[in-house]
Amino acid sequence: MSDTSNTPLLSARDLQVRFGGVLAVNGVSFDVRRGEVFTLIGPNGAGKTTVFNLISRIYTPTAGTIDFNGVSLTSTPAHRVAELGIARTFQNIELFEYATVLQNLLIGHHVHRSTGFWSELFFTGAARKAEIQAREAVERVIEFLDLQHHRDSLVAGLPYGVRKVVELARALCTQPRLLLLDEPSSGLNVEETDDMAFWIQDIKNELGITVLMVEHDMTLVSRVSDRVLAMNQGETLALGTPSEVQSDAKVIEAYLGSVEDMSSLRRPATSAAPAP
Amino acid sequence: MRFLFKTSYEQDIALAKHGGQRFWYGALLAALLLAPWIFPEYWLAQISFVLIYSIAGLGLMLLAGFTGQVSIGHAAFMGVGAYTQAVLTGMGWPFPVALAAATALSALIGVVVSVPALRVKGIYLGIATLAFGFIVEEVFARWESVTGGNAGIHFKAPNLFGWKLDTSESFYYLCLVLCVAITLGVLNLLRSPTGRAFVAIRDSEISAQSMGIHLAWFKGLAFAISAAVVGVAGALYGHKMGFISPDQFSLLQSVELLLLVVVGGLGFVHGAFLGAIFIISMPQIIALAKDFLPPAIGQAAGLQGMVFGIVLVVFVLFEPMGLYGRWLKVRTWFQLFPFYRKGMFKRQKSFTKSDRLK
Repeated sequence: MSDTSNTPLLSARDLQVRFGGVLAVNGVSFDVRRGEVFTLIGPNGAGKTTVFNLISRIYTPTAGTIDFNGVSLTSTPAHRVAELGIARTFQNIELFEYATVLQNLLIGHHVHRSTGFWSELFFTGAARKAEIQAREAVERVIEFLDLQHHRDSLVAGLPYGVRKVVELARALCTQPRLLLLDEPSSGLNVEETDDMAFWIQDIKNELGITVLMVEHDMTLVSRVSDRVLAMNQGETLALGTPSEVQSDAKVIEAYLGSVEDMSSLRRPATSAAPAP
Repeated sequence: MRFLFKTSYEQDIALAKHGGQRFWYGALLAALLLAPWIFPEYWLAQISFVLIYSIAGLGLMLLAGFTGQVSIGHAAFMGVGAYTQAVLTGMGWPFPVALAAATALSALIGVVVSVPALRVKGIYLGIATLAFGFIVEEVFARWESVTGGNAGIHFKAPNLFGWKLDTSESFYYLCLVLCVAITLGVLNLLRSPTGRAFVAIRDSEISAQSMGIHLAWFKGLAFAISAAVVGVAGALYGHKMGFISPDQFSLLQSVELLLLVVVGGLGFVHGAFLGAIFIISMPQIIALAKDFLPPAIGQAAGLQGMVFGIVLVVFVLFEPMGLYGRWLKVRTWFQLFPFYRKGMFKRQKSFTKSDRLK
């Protein structure tokens, strides 16, 4: 694994996924540079989450390659992805409901476990030491995201906003190089979204983790993203800084429709003026 | 009410969380150690059965309660353990060696059964394990040269390298030692990465996988441990009964084990013990009640099956957390008196899960 900063951390080439007759992703290529926040935007059904699922190996691309840090992800089994240094959150929270927050985060630490079955069965000194180390690592994340208050509560009883943070914390506990955030602000109120923006910036600046996210809230996107990739119907529309992408004609068309569409909706000018 | 102030990670990892727990579990262990002097022989035998069923319950609890894989064929593993033990001790193997072999064989078969679990979930896995249970029962009945067929097979008293455990006291201690050892092993696993991986698989396979948990490996491991533990219970059960035949490991036995973990409380280690006490004491209570019931009900065939069925339905409807869940509620009521709220243990409506991707 080379750590030279000029090579991209993640590079996707000509990704294509076909579900029966539907091309969910078609010919998408992008590079995520080390240390940046890279955002995928696009209307519903654009294929953003599918790209995420390709990276975390839940789906296998019909064509195309994904390289992460010099390793081909397309030939990596799904459970090895976390070991390589990719962690993710889910669009609709996927926490371990009937476990405490601490246990959830410790599961996030799973890839760093150093004990085998037998030493755990007898809880040997090595297992005890490993447990304590795991707790120390997890505690740093708890402090980073201010979760002390919820440490021992069952996830099933937590409000939505807190769950969202717990999920982020669990992803951080894998100590990733690349963090995939699937709609980090969905379902959060303005204040919580604000917190989320700060945390994403902190994750990038303080922890040095590269972030790839899918997000709809354009305020959040322009606040934290270095580069944005706009997608529509499985294809790339535009790539650039947030403001470049936002002013791109094709992006505006995808979200709002084109000028021609609009003119056809407009009432004919000859119609009688409405009564005052 | 007790407030725990944790000041070290050691305290968070420890099995006994506070002095109260150390005292009560110590007292329980002392009472169990002194039981042969306290209880008459009949009761001692019943306690031995409770210990044996607790072991079986722990095995199934690990699989159904902690890994979320429901099995309706666990009597088969009991049977594998019991028959292996019967055949090997019959050949003159010492008890510990035979037990190790019985455990290993059960674990191996457990791994084989875990293969369908990689593909099917929930009720479909239940059906697959049900079929497995029938197959194994049939093998016990048909493989006459080894198992003695429907005529069954007799057990010899456990032989610990020349020391025969032929009294009910010595056998009781054997059960107690194995039960305590297995309980400690299960608790150790549950506080380590392996146990947490099981819980992760139970609650969300998709995110367990993206946290780097190898689903096939850990499901196989869960089945292996579960089968091994139930196999130990089967071997002890055989020794206690002195005689086994295929019909002791039928669907009814599997359902009884499932009833044990559900009534005890799915997802709680305590549940296995409470469930075992329930399973062993219920037939006695029914037998006592028979005298007071009108003969049309009291002498009816299948009364026990009906009572078990009703109890299962009542628990699923009104107390899904089982006996241990009920105890937690009662304890909380007293701890918080008078501030207990009715909805305190109500599970919140869970938020929409991601589309199950597989």
